[in-house]
Amino acid sequence: MNRTIVTLVGKDKVGIIATVCNYFADNNINILDIKQTTVQEYINMMMIVDTTEFEGNFETLTNGLNEVGEKVGCIIKAQHEEIFDMMHRI
Amino acid sequence: MVEFHEVFETNDMVSHENLDVRTITMGISLLDCIDPDLDRFLEKIYAKITTLAKNLVSVGDEIGMEFGVPVINKRISITPAAIAGAAACRSPEDFVRVAETLDRAARDVGVNFIGGFSALVQKGMTEADRNLIMSIPEALARTERVCSSISLGSTKTGINMDAVRLMGDIVVKAAEYTKDADSIGCAKLVVFCNPADDNPFMAGAFHGVTEADCVLNVGVSGPGVVKNAVAKVKGQDFEVLCETIKKTAFKITRVGQLYAKEASKRLGVPFGIVDLSLAPTPAIGDSIADIIHEMGMEYAGAPGTTAALAILNDQVKKGGVMASSYVGGLSGAFIPVTEDRSMAIAAEVGALTLEKLEAMTCVCSVGLDMIAIPGNTPATTIAGIIADEMAIGMVNQKTTAVRIIPVIGKDVGDVVEFGGLLGDAKIMPVNMFDCSAFVNRGGRIPAPIHSFKN
Repeated sequence: MNRTIVTLVGKDKVGIIATVCNYFADNNINILDIKQTTVQEYINMMMIVDTTEFEGNFETLTNGLNEVGEKVGCIIKAQHEEIFDMMHRI
Repeated sequence: MVEFHEVFETNDMVSHENLDVRTITMGISLLDCIDPDLDRFLEKIYAKITTLAKNLVSVGDEIGMEFGVPVINKRISITPAAIAGAAACRSPEDFVRVAETLDRAARDVGVNFIGGFSALVQKGMTEADRNLIMSIPEALARTERVCSSISLGSTKTGINMDAVRLMGDIVVKAAEYTKDADSIGCAKLVVFCNPADDNPFMAGAFHGVTEADCVLNVGVSGPGVVKNAVAKVKGQDFEVLCETIKKTAFKITRVGQLYAKEASKRLGVPFGIVDLSLAPTPAIGDSIADIIHEMGMEYAGAPGTTAALAILNDQVKKGGVMASSYVGGLSGAFIPVTEDRSMAIAAEVGALTLEKLEAMTCVCSVGLDMIAIPGNTPATTIAGIIADEMAIGMVNQKTTAVRIIPVIGKDVGDVVEFGGLLGDAKIMPVNMFDCSAFVNRGGRIPAPIHSFKN
C-alpha cells in the first residue's frame, strides 16, 4: 500500500469534496479516510489515500491536484505519510 | 494513524514558520584524483564531482516536492584542496585554477556552493597550504560558488599563530579584491578552531580525510518554528521552556533524518550525519535573535542573552540526538549578524556588540559569523579577533569560527547589502586599541593542559 496524505485548505462552497473525490475515482486512487472541519467559511480537509493503483508518478499527482485545486478555489497538497509519522511519533 | 492536527501543524510550520531542510550536502573525496600534472588533476576533479553530484539537485527537489518540506540548498563539500592539490599545485596561481574548476563543476551540476577550498594548518603549514592560503583573495574574487575555510587551531594542537597572523592579511586582501561588491569575498571565507569533518553548512563545509569516498550530510533548520513554540509558553518557568524547545527540535530533526535516508536511497550514496543547527535567514521570523527575544530579552545582546543561548543550544541538541541515529557537524545555533534580520537590528540599536557576540560564541555552535566591520580595520586587529575566538574554541574543546567582513570604503553605521541568504546590516564598531605586538610574535600557542588525555 502506498499511503499519501492529501490536505485541502480554502473557502468552502458546494461541490469541493465531490470534485476531489471524482478526481481520485477517475485516477484509480482509493480513499482510506477523510476528516474535515469548517471554521466560519473556510474548509480544512485531510484525506488519506492509497495510490498503489495510480498510474502516474508523484509529480503527475501533484499537478493533477493543482488543477483540481484551481477549479474549486482551494490549495490542495499531497505528501507521503512518512513525514508525519517521523515528526509526530517516537 | 496520522492525526488531523499533526498534519496541519507540520504544514503550518512550512507555510508560516519557514520550516525547511536547509541543505543536502554531498561530501566527495578528491584523494583518488591526486596527480602531479595540474591539467590532469583538474580534469579528474571536474569529472568526479560532476559524475557523483549529477542528480543531487533534482533528487533534492523531488524529495522536497513529495514530502512537502522544501530543500533550500543542494551543496558539495570536497577534501581540503590543499591536500588533494598538493602534488599538482606549485604556486598560488595553480590553486586559483583549482578554484575555477570547482566553480565550473558546481555551476554545471547546479549547486549554489562548493566548500573545501581549504587547508588544515592548526599545527603547521606545508608549502601547498601556504600557496592555497595566498591564492584565496584571487580565488574568491574570480569564482562565485567556491567557499574557503582554514583550520587555525585545535584543542589537541594549540593555535598556529603564524597562520592566524597571515589570515588577518588574507581577510583584508579578500575584502579589497571584492571591494566593488561590499567585500563579499570575505562572506565565503571562514577560519576555524576544532572544525567538523562532516559539516554540511557553508562557508565552512569540507569533506574530512577520514570520511568515506562519498557521503550525504543534511543540515536542518527552523528557527521560526522554535520561536513560535517558545512564544506559546510565555511567562512559564525554565522547565517548560526547555521541554518546549526540546520537543520542537525533535520534530525538526526528524525531517532531516527522513530526508537524509531518502536522499541516500535515491542517490545510492551512504548517509553521513544530520546537523541539528538552527540556521537563520534574513526572512522575517526566521531568526535566532527572535527566539532570544521570545525568551525574555528586549533585544538579543541584553544581559541574559548568553544564558538564553546556552539553553537554546543545549535543548536543541537534547531534542535532536533523540531524533537521529547519527548527529554530527556543528549541531547547535548559528548567530550570524547580517544573515539574521533581528540580529542585525539588535546590533543597529546598540544592544549587540562584537564583545557580546564573542561571549555568546562560548555557548553556541560556531562563532563570530557574518559581521561587517569598518574597511580600515588593521589586519593585525582582525588577527587579534581571530586569535581570541580560536582560544575560546581551544580551551572549551568546541568548534569556533570567524567569518568577518572588513567592508572596504565603508565605516561604522554605513549599510552593506549582500542580498539573498547573506542579508544586509550596518557596519559594527571594532575595538581599535592595538594588538600588533602580540599577534606579530610568531610561532604557536601550545595546546592547553587538558588536551593531554593519553
